[in-house]
Amino acid sequence: MHPYIPNTTIEEDQMLQSIGIKNTDALFSDIPAEVRLTRKLNLGDSMSELELSRFVKGLADKNKSIDDMVCFLGAGAYDHYIPSIIKHITSRSEFYTAYTPYQPEISQGTLQVIFEYQTMIANVTGMDVANASMYDGATACAEAGMMAVENTKRKSLVVSKSVHPEVRQVLATYMKFHGVEVVELDCKDGVTDAEALKTAVSGTTAGVVVQSPNFFGIVEDLTEIESITHNSKAMLIVNVIDPISLGILKTPGELGADIVVGEGQAFGNSLNFGGPYVGFMATTNKLMRKMPGRIVGETTDIDGKRAFVLTLQAREQHIRREKATSNICSNQALNALISSIYLTTMGKNGLKEVAEQCASKAHYAYDQIIGTGKFKPVFDKPFFKEFVVQSSRKASEINAELLKHNILGGYDLVKDYPGMENALLFCVTEKRTKQEIDKLVEILKGM
Amino acid sequence: MREYNELIFEISREGRIAYTLPACDVPETCIKSSFPASMLREKELGLPEVSEVDVIRHYTLLSNKNYGVDTGFYPLGSCTMKYNPKINEDMASLPKFTGLHPYQPEETAQGALRLMHDLDGMLAEITGMAQVSLQPAAGAHGELAGLMIIKAYHQNRGDSKRNKIIVPDSAHGTNPASASVAGFDIIQINSDEKGAVDIEALKAVLNDEVAGLMLTNPSTLGLFEKNIKEIADLVHEAGGLLYYDGANMNAIMGYTRPGDMGFDVVHLNLHKTFSTPHGGGGPGSGPVGVSKKLVDFLPVPVIEKQADKYVLNYDKPLSIGRVKSFYGNFGVIVRAYAYVLTMGAEGLKKASEMAVLNANYMKERLKNHYYLPIDDICKHEFVLSCFGPDQHEVSTLDIAKRLLDYGYHPPTIYFPLIVDSAIMIEPTETESKETMDKFIDAMILIAEEAKTNPELLKSAPHNTHVRRLDEVKAARTPVLKWSK
Repeated sequence: MHPYIPNTTIEEDQMLQSIGIKNTDALFSDIPAEVRLTRKLNLGDSMSELELSRFVKGLADKNKSIDDMVCFLGAGAYDHYIPSIIKHITSRSEFYTAYTPYQPEISQGTLQVIFEYQTMIANVTGMDVANASMYDGATACAEAGMMAVENTKRKSLVVSKSVHPEVRQVLATYMKFHGVEVVELDCKDGVTDAEALKTAVSGTTAGVVVQSPNFFGIVEDLTEIESITHNSKAMLIVNVIDPISLGILKTPGELGADIVVGEGQAFGNSLNFGGPYVGFMATTNKLMRKMPGRIVGETTDIDGKRAFVLTLQAREQHIRREKATSNICSNQALNALISSIYLTTMGKNGLKEVAEQCASKAHYAYDQIIGTGKFKPVFDKPFFKEFVVQSSRKASEINAELLKHNILGGYDLVKDYPGMENALLFCVTEKRTKQEIDKLVEILKGM
Repeated sequence: MREYNELIFEISREGRIAYTLPACDVPETCIKSSFPASMLREKELGLPEVSEVDVIRHYTLLSNKNYGVDTGFYPLGSCTMKYNPKINEDMASLPKFTGLHPYQPEETAQGALRLMHDLDGMLAEITGMAQVSLQPAAGAHGELAGLMIIKAYHQNRGDSKRNKIIVPDSAHGTNPASASVAGFDIIQINSDEKGAVDIEALKAVLNDEVAGLMLTNPSTLGLFEKNIKEIADLVHEAGGLLYYDGANMNAIMGYTRPGDMGFDVVHLNLHKTFSTPHGGGGPGSGPVGVSKKLVDFLPVPVIEKQADKYVLNYDKPLSIGRVKSFYGNFGVIVRAYAYVLTMGAEGLKKASEMAVLNANYMKERLKNHYYLPIDDICKHEFVLSCFGPDQHEVSTLDIAKRLLDYGYHPPTIYFPLIVDSAIMIEPTETESKETMDKFIDAMILIAEEAKTNPELLKSAPHNTHVRRLDEVKAARTPVLKWSK
């Protein structure tokens, strides 16, 4: 017997009798002998809960987490404070054991959560509408690319090299198979080179993809990029991998973005070794019906009561099949719930305060690190909570030294940016204390 | 119970907070001097201002308006709404898993890497594939990755004219949509009268432009493709590859394997077969497995064991590339891993056995009350066609809505498309005979009501939080966010 399989041999026999067969072999007689598995799967025997727990904890103990190390690593995955109430709400199984709200009458919980999530994402990004969420920031960007291609009927995208390398890689994969050319644009002084952009865009450019704050932590000046993009009738796709920044920064909507996509991990989601995270997508009213993914709308029931429902489904794969706006089927509802609770809990003042603290602590750390004399600035541009510094030693050596002191060092940029030898991208969130920053600086100084 | 109909924005009151942060212990940066004014937010953040108790009550009351597997029977065909074991939640929330940064050094994440490497191997064994990548985030995403692999394989052989994918008319909508996103043209073939692949129709479309055939086996009708070997041979002889949509894997674990049937690429849905929660629509996880000749095309990074160390290998020149940030939905992967270990080889086979027995039991008991278009042994699910071609007073939708009154999540309806007014029932192995009997009783009662009081069905549901919604209004004049 097994705890997840309730029927005993008694019920099995009753069911077999009701069907009119002797044993369950008869139910598998439609599987031809030539394709049957004649041996037992090589997986081992079942484990009891105690054995499982001991074994899996043993694996977990082979890891070092951010509880064991002080984290100065970001690069698209951020160690922010996660309010305790998030886990209390998300562990309600009415939320996590439900599926896509196909039956709205018994899914108003999930549907209202998503409606509120869409509202918060639209407000935070300054856009008209948002969808119910996507797999992650990188796939959301790829979907935005396809959306721009579909809408402009043009077949190429320009993407700045200051966009997260993994976002560019995912975009490249999707576009390669989708038959869309992707032109990568070199940076100048750590930001998108507007002059280069002018020559890169043409009448075949469907969209221009930029990120702000960009991969180097720098807030991009989008004014000129916006006008170059729109002058060539391409779409401006703004990628926000660090959405905490929107607590203080001007919204992409106000800056003229047509599509805003990004990574919502920073909104209350654990680091989780890279997933599950949650991509967000927001756009203008004009493009609303071209957006991929699930969308929840407000309506009324037959008694006139306000209610929420999956809507604009005529865009989706289960109706339009190969002509759908995307193949995406699910969203990341539980992570969207996490993001909603986070944005609700932090609220209007909290998100701003978190953003201000990140900026203050990052600027303090930057000044102190430069003050050691061992590191020099790489770019002279306004940054939010991540910054690049360079030394005379290899970044990997510095990180190895920091790890000895249980400090998770910065991101080694040479992996993605040849020529940026010895450059590290540090991240400082509101979780870091002055003491922790000072310790980091002291070790760096002594190296 | 008190009715609750407020949005979080409507209970917001100026000045309330639900968070605390330590005082900033470094000199505060003057935001205005660090950034040009043109970069700073001018508009107020459109977020609520509420207290902590407001947050908890709001979401708790919303959760009460939901129905999950833990609430009751959820026989949503094709979605495998099996029980989500709680120990798996505990394992996935271990701080030494949740607190891992994706870019931390490999030597500090050996447990996580080993777990993923182990699960790769287990899923390869279950499906009969050579290697598995856990990177795709969902079933449709796994499909997309799999189709990219097929395309890359043909292109690498210099066979670039293979730009067509064959999809049966019974397929999930994601199949043609994924093929289209991967840059293929779609050829749809009709099924035969038993819902199986029509061999002649298949032969008629096979040629040197066909990259592959996508198939769900058992099919979306819950029926095993008995001719699978012949189908596989035909496709392979024509130079194509065979893609396995793993949505229905719960029917066959330990009995047969896609690899043994001749499939070259497989995706699985960990949120279906491997018991991870559906989360209200995600996160899922859609690992993609491939046969030996396709291993080099899997997404990067590949997790490998080199000597005693687990590493992320990016050096795969033939790889399709990256389909997602980082390495996959790790939190979901931990749950599936715990599930496979808990079940073991025999437990998984038993799960499939009982999933199939439960489905056949329900089918036999319901077929005298509803129309069963194909009366054959089914696998883990079966498809009814309302009351049959002649009875149209009440619709499948009415039956589904009436089930809500009886406290059930209805089956999948109007899918597969090839069955008129389809009702697709998948009980899964985690339901007892008593649960199924009560549901069957409700279905029989509804069949009776359809005759004696059809109005009762047409106006259902009667006792849910909200009743039937005006979906036309929602789509015609979309209101997608709250405004004052």
